[in-house]
Amino acid sequence: MLNNYNGMAQPLWQNGPAPGEFYNFTGGQTVQKLPRELTTAGPYGTKRSTAAITTGSSVLGIRYDGGVMLAADTLVSYGSLARYQNIDRVFKINKNILLGGSGDFADIQSIMRNIDQKMIEDQCYDDNIEMKPKSLASWMTRVLYNRRSRMNPLYIDVVVGGVEQNGTPYLANVDLRGRAYEDFVVATGFARHLAVPLVRENKPKDKEFTAEEASQLIRKCMEVLYYRDTRNSSTYTVGVCTPNGCGVEGPYQVNENWTFAATIKGY
Amino acid sequence: MDPDFDFDFTQKPVSTGTTIMAVEFDGGVVIGADSRTSSGAYVTNRVTDKLTRITDKIYCCRSGSAADTQGIADIVAYSLNYHENRTDKEALVLEAASEFRNFCYNYRDSLLAGIIVAGWDEQNGGQVYSVPLGGMMTRDPCTIGGSGSSFIYGYVKEHHKPNMEQEDCVEFVKKAVQHAIYRDGSSGGVVRIGIINKDGFERRLFYNTESGASQISGNQSFILEQVMDAAN
Repeated sequence: MLNNYNGMAQPLWQNGPAPGEFYNFTGGQTVQKLPRELTTAGPYGTKRSTAAITTGSSVLGIRYDGGVMLAADTLVSYGSLARYQNIDRVFKINKNILLGGSGDFADIQSIMRNIDQKMIEDQCYDDNIEMKPKSLASWMTRVLYNRRSRMNPLYIDVVVGGVEQNGTPYLANVDLRGRAYEDFVVATGFARHLAVPLVRENKPKDKEFTAEEASQLIRKCMEVLYYRDTRNSSTYTVGVCTPNGCGVEGPYQVNENWTFAATIKGY
Repeated sequence: MDPDFDFDFTQKPVSTGTTIMAVEFDGGVVIGADSRTSSGAYVTNRVTDKLTRITDKIYCCRSGSAADTQGIADIVAYSLNYHENRTDKEALVLEAASEFRNFCYNYRDSLLAGIIVAGWDEQNGGQVYSVPLGGMMTRDPCTIGGSGSSFIYGYVKEHHKPNMEQEDCVEFVKKAVQHAIYRDGSSGGVVRIGIINKDGFERRLFYNTESGASQISGNQSFILEQVMDAAN
């Protein structure tokens, strides 16, 4: 029982939720009964772990008049250890979609494999129709929400960006609980706290960003994230998606400035 | 209660507190490991071979739980052997690494396995793949693993150069593992090295003492001869 409010509580309506009980939304199809080895705590059983082990830090996405830009650093951490320092976390899905992945990197690789399979299926139809960014974002919310409802989440936070059929740019963020959010700037992790307000403050009213403005903002945000996030590195890649094409460029170096440190003495 | 002096080593899971390492060079790979298996504070095997054969030209270095990694390695070796018989072609290193990754990812909540897969195949030459806890997979020209690896990240960064010669790689791996053994209590024993190239697998063994053999011969008593004579 999740909470011990009332052990004798009746369901609110027939087959409905009971106070303090875990409610099965899938109605009929109960949570798969896991084998005893996976639900018994140690030392000879195992504890079900939803911990993220090898993780990627922030991803930032900015929408501009000609498309979208996604940026992420090239680091995958192992706790506090900066373990793999040359990993691309922005992926080209097809000629209209980019995906930036943060959170547990093994789960990112797993979902990317699923997505690549979908793209190959698309190609096999051979009808020149490619998946649209909004469709992919919608599919991701379904997958992630269902996994969380089964108490077995994919520990990831992704940014989906791209260009729709009619040329309008699309940018969204889907998290490990299946929550989706669409806006001209989205981010995961630390970037949500540091970069999103920075970008919002610089947004011209009633007008989209230009490509130069978006690039400037990405450069600035990557610099701030490198200074202030302990799980970031100074190299990053940028994915750009326009109606004319889609690709991931990099790796770029953050332009760091430390010279003012000489002016600080004592505490 | 200090857990290391519990003497409850019968109950502690057997794990390879370890140092493992693999480096690519032009024409193959060099893999290395220490030889200690521990159960808490007790050394259950001081001459372990952690360089495990998957196929003739693909080997893996195991760290984490000995039972888990041995189990997975057996299964992957069996599966690739069947695959080689069916296709009449040597298995690719990427194929072995992918099988390890699929296992380690799908059963990630039940396993404690950090594996380095290294070998040589005709398509891509020498390759090293890292499959840490959690089950991600990435190719690296030089990678280290196990508890002892924490102590040599600095050494490796300083002394690794891409495309070294084979003998330079062997010296580099040997020194690195020795440094880890020096500081890590869970690593020890001898340094086992393996060289994999188009001609197959060559094993080398390096001791941390002069000869590896016992230095003191015969029955040496601690009682000084003078004292013996005086007593008589």
